[in-house]
Order: sequence, then C-alpha cells, then structure tokens
Amino acid sequence: MEPITGAEILVRCLKEEGVEHIFGYPGGSVLHIYDALYAQEDVQHILVRHEQAATHAADGYARASGKPGVVLVTSGPGVTNAVTGIATAYMDSIPMVIFSGQVPTALIGNDAFQEVDTVGITRPCVKHNFLVKDVRQLAETVKKAFFIATTGRPGPVLVDLPKDVTISKTEYHYPKKIKLRSYSPTVRGHAGQIRKAVDLILSAKRPMIYTGGGVVLSEGSTELVELTQLLGYPITNTLMGLGAYPATDRQFVGMLGMHGTYEANMAMHDCDVLIAIGARFDDRVTGKLEKFCPTARIVHIDIDPSSISKNVRVDIPIVGSVPHVLRSMINVIRDEKLRPDAEALALWWRQIEQWRGMESLRYRNSDAVIKPQFVIEQLYKVTAGQAIITSDVGQHQMWAAQYYLFDRPRQWINSGGLGTMGFGLPAAMGAKLAMPDQDVACVTGDGSIQMMLQELSTMKQYCTPVKIVNLNNGYLGMVRQWQEFFYQKRYSMTYFEALPNFVMLAEAYGHVGMRIEKPGDVEGALREAFAMKDRTVFLDFITDPSENVFPMIPSGGGQNEMLLAERDEMVSTHEEGMVLV
Amino acid sequence: MNNNNRHLISILMENESGALSRVANLFSARGYNIESLTVAPTDDPTLSRLTLVTSGNEQIIEQIVKQLNKLIDVVKLIDLTETDAIERELMLVKTKAVGGEQRAEMKRLAEIFDGHILDVTDSTYTIELTGRGQKLDNFLRAVEKDAILEVVRSGATGIARGQKALHA
Repeated sequence: MEPITGAEILVRCLKEEGVEHIFGYPGGSVLHIYDALYAQEDVQHILVRHEQAATHAADGYARASGKPGVVLVTSGPGVTNAVTGIATAYMDSIPMVIFSGQVPTALIGNDAFQEVDTVGITRPCVKHNFLVKDVRQLAETVKKAFFIATTGRPGPVLVDLPKDVTISKTEYHYPKKIKLRSYSPTVRGHAGQIRKAVDLILSAKRPMIYTGGGVVLSEGSTELVELTQLLGYPITNTLMGLGAYPATDRQFVGMLGMHGTYEANMAMHDCDVLIAIGARFDDRVTGKLEKFCPTARIVHIDIDPSSISKNVRVDIPIVGSVPHVLRSMINVIRDEKLRPDAEALALWWRQIEQWRGMESLRYRNSDAVIKPQFVIEQLYKVTAGQAIITSDVGQHQMWAAQYYLFDRPRQWINSGGLGTMGFGLPAAMGAKLAMPDQDVACVTGDGSIQMMLQELSTMKQYCTPVKIVNLNNGYLGMVRQWQEFFYQKRYSMTYFEALPNFVMLAEAYGHVGMRIEKPGDVEGALREAFAMKDRTVFLDFITDPSENVFPMIPSGGGQNEMLLAERDEMVSTHEEGMVLV
Repeated sequence: MNNNNRHLISILMENESGALSRVANLFSARGYNIESLTVAPTDDPTLSRLTLVTSGNEQIIEQIVKQLNKLIDVVKLIDLTETDAIERELMLVKTKAVGGEQRAEMKRLAEIFDGHILDVTDSTYTIELTGRGQKLDNFLRAVEKDAILEVVRSGATGIARGQKALHA
C-alpha cells in the first residue's frame, strides 16, 4: 500500500465515518488538511466566519440529526475561539469531534506562533482529548474519537494535530472496530433493579415521570411514549427533554423547573414516586434541594453513573441506556399483566387537572404592543407545530420552550446547560444543513443575536434558509427581569441605547429583513416569511420591553413556591437565595 | 454520614501523557480535596498505578469514585479504605546529629521506628522510614523539633490484602 500523508489519512477517516459536513476555519497549522479537503468532494466543508460558530453549527447539526458534528479549526486562537462551543456541547452531552491544528511537534512548548496548550485548555470541557504525535497513530485515534464521542453519554472529543503529523506519510489502515479496555458504557440495565423499579412504580398513588435530554440523545422517545401511555401517569420534560414526549398529549403537564408550569412543579412536589429518566436533577429543575420532592421515592435511569445520586439521593438507581431499560420495564409490565392503582391515579389526575386549571402560562395580550408569548404562539400556528426551533439564551428561550408545543424529539435545539448566548443562529444553520427539507426557525433576542451575527454571511454562502424570529425588546431581558425583581429595578447595563437596524443589516448580508411593530401584523409577517422557502428572513419583532417570564420559582424557593403572572407581586428573595443565582 | 472520612483510593490507569492531569484536574474542577497523590508505572509499562488520599462524606466519596471511573484513561480503581488493605508511606528525614548524645539519640529513635540511616555527615543523619502515616507522624513528634532539617514524604500508597488484586 502506498504511504499517504496524515492530512489525506484524516480525510479518508472522515469518509469512513460517513461524515458529510465539516464546519471549520483554516489557518497555518491546518493548511495541509485543507489541501487534502480541496482534492475531494465527499466531505463538504462549511466555512464559518468565527470558530465559535463552527462548534455551534456542528452542535446544531448533531442535535437535529443524531449524527456527530465535526469541526476543524487551526491552532491558537482557532482553538480558543472554539472553546465556548465545545463547552456548550459538553454540558448538553452532544456528540462532536473537533480536529484542531497544532504547531509542529518539535515546537510544542516553545511558545511558537499561534501555539496554545489545546489539550490542557479543553480538558475540562471535553469527554476526552488526544494529541497525536505520530502519524502511525492517526487513523486509530480518529476511530477512537468518534467511538467515544458517540457512545455512552455522548460528548465532544478533541483531536489535536501537530502540523508535521499532517505532512508525514504512512500506510493507511482504518480499524473496523475499536475496543478500549478502560471504556465500556453499560447499555443494559440490571434486571434485578428493573424489577424493583417496576414494583415501586406500580405501587405509586401519586406517580410522576420526569425526563430529560438523555431520552432524546439515546433515541428513547418511542419507548418513553409507550411506557407512559401504558401506565397513564403524568409526565414532565426538562428544557433539554422537550419533544421526547408529545407536548400536545393530555398526559404531558408541561416543562418543569424555574420557569415550568404550575401543574408540573406542583405534581413534582407532591408525588410519592418519581421516575427520573435521562435527566440529571439540575439546579434549575430542583430549586432548593431540601424542598425537592419531599415525599417521593425516586427511581433514576441514566447511562452515566455519576449523574445518579449526585444532587439528589435516589432509591432505585438503574445504569443503562434509556430505550433498553424502558423496553425491559414495558416487557415486565406486559408479561405479568401488571396494572397501576387506577383509583389512586384517578384521584391524582383530578388534583393535577385542578392545578392545570390555574392556567399558569396565561398572559394578558394586547392590541397595542406585541407580546413575545403571542409571537411564539403565532410561530407555532404558522409552522403547524412542525418546524425545528433553535434558540439563544434568555427570556425568548423560555417563551419558546413554554409556548411552542414540541411533539417530536430533535425538534427543539437550545443551549440548556451552559446557557450560551450566540448559540441559536449557527445552530439553526447546522440544523438546516442536516435537515434541508424541514423548516428551521431561530428564536432569539436583540442581545443574543448580536453575538453571532457574522454567520448571516455563512448562511448566504451556503444557502441555508432559516427564519430568524428576533424578540426585540431593547433589553437583556432575563437579566433585566432579575434586576426588576431582586435589585429594586436598578437596571445596570441591561438596556441597549443603540441597536442596529436589523432589516438593513439582513439586507446587507443578502437576506430579507422585516420589522413588525403591531400585534395585528405578526401572523401575516410569519406567513410571508415561511412562504419564502429558499430565503433567510430576519423578522425583527418589536416587543413589550416590560414583559416577564412566568411562572417563576425564585432562587432558594421550593417547587411549590411559584410566582404566577397575575397572582403574585414580585418580592425580593431571601439572602440565601440570592447566591444561588 | 456527614463525617469527613479519609479515603485511600488506588487507580489503575493508562500510562499516557495527560492522564495524571485529568485526575488532578477533576479534583480541582469539582472542588474535592487531595491530601496526597503518588503515581508510577506498573510491571505492565502501558499502565500506571496512582494512589491518592482524599476526604469527604459518603456522598462526596461516591461521586469522586464515579467521576474517576468516568475518565477514559482510568481502567479500574479501588477504594482501599473499604477493604482490608496495607497502607505504606515512605519518609526521608534529615536531622541534626551533632555531638555524641544527639547522634546516639537519633540512632536509637531510628531503630525504634524501624528506620534506616542512609546518609551520615559529621553534623547530620538522613533517615529513611516507612509505615502508615500515623507512624511517620509519631516519629516526627518524637524527634526534638529543632533537630529536624528537612522532611520529604512520598504520600500514601497501598494494596489490598489477600487474593484481591487490581489488574486490567
């Protein structure tokens, strides 16, 4: 076999992994790789305008398709720019493989031009990383990287490639399979634990199912729906888990947590058996830990043992992949013809319906000023609930999560863990590339959108038509909301005295811009925008600057201590809560 | 339950550059204590054995063990505190040894603690001691404070008693 260069080996490895798109930005240390990419057509390279966008776009691509996102950046600033996106993917367990250029091995440690300790900088925010020092190890390392990124609890894996490694030659051999003695995630749940869990679940008088992003990541939605409907239990999803259970189904009680529905949080608080599936008891979900589900015995299914009993002690832990474990549970229940306590369940549902009757997501609409919630409702209506929605971070993110009813997994794409402003636009571009036949909308705000605006240029180059729904209130709304509630309305640095003309800006990038100021124009504008199938449209909705996100559990509060829009006067939280953020 | 107990955790890991950093990084990133840490390759040169002493309540130790296991480079680990184990630490102590009385006293103390004098000058002794941390502490307490010139401790390492063995 003819020896080929490291760069050629890398490109051949990508083909073997079925990689169709790679998001990146060239530079000195990766020139050889770019030369190898130039000579082929199987892997399409998307040239972003900033390395952070490369990682977010690859992330959105992965979340929409389930396939790993692939990134290529140069050494030094190429890597440091990418770190935010890598950390974003890490916090949400997104499969991603990042290839970074590095100075030649002989120069490593010499403070060479565009040198940083990439492996060191990224270590805390990757599932694993590698520095390839010998071209003979390259192919195997790439195989390992994809294997680690996509199995178990997924996550980003970085491969650092010194320039000389991409130039040196060796014979190409790509291993078909890889086995790591130190890494073998548990897929099947322990039969004894599953049996115990089923018994506890069926003994419940006030059961609650609480599921997270793990159901989406593991493709466990089918099993989740089957089990939930078999049991007839109420179900809530976390911000990351939305879509895993259809939001339009009666058993779904809405999202839970800080901005969750009244019925979801009250049912969590009062339940006697909690079934946690692919969720990690994040602080935005639990509120004050001492007040979390005080009467519940807890079953927790997760592929990552370290997620279990990390924040909340659980009674029956099951380590395994969600679809496998749920299938086993369904089999036990069906085979033994087990039934839940129908009488208790009916009573429990009566209680939940009473809570639901509070209509905690009700808001006062207006004829004069556009309410942001109204825009999301209209977006839902115009897209018939079928679009892929990405979001940035802030109030608009919560409204999108609350008012767009997601009926299928991978439809809702947002930075839940790290909360990265700027995520939405490049993620929408990545999602559109992965799913070209689906409508993609990016719900954003005037703060977030300005963090990754330059990607409008990339979107023009690669014709990725996305509808940008900008809820423009002139404020960093979520921070302003906290300042209103907890800092006696001292709006420190949350008002933008200057904002660009987003319509002209969109047009400058070659897209369509629309400014919408009246509630009566919202639906029409959305219809017009979505009718332009092949254009990116920037819809700049001028919304009520004083609107707040409700319900809200103030920091330090328990799940049953929600503030509702029309019921509660917001009061300062106690000091203990202030430090909880 | 809430007692901060001392734990001796022994880890078999890939002998690769960066593996040690991953362990150290994990402890600092998650705010866990490391009291001591010792690491060296094993008889199989592709593997390293790392032993660390940490402390925390039951829940923290459970998380530490889980988080360590999650590191891709970690092959296996054992919490030696949970099993019947031998624990040893090496200490080198340089002491003053001036005049007949002090030299005799130092030599006698070293003997009592099963130590060896490795280096002798006209004014110093360098003594080697091994044992559990407690024993080394006791030796230092027994020696007159002004006489200690330098102390070097390896940190604790350990191995399970009996048939139990950690291998890849």
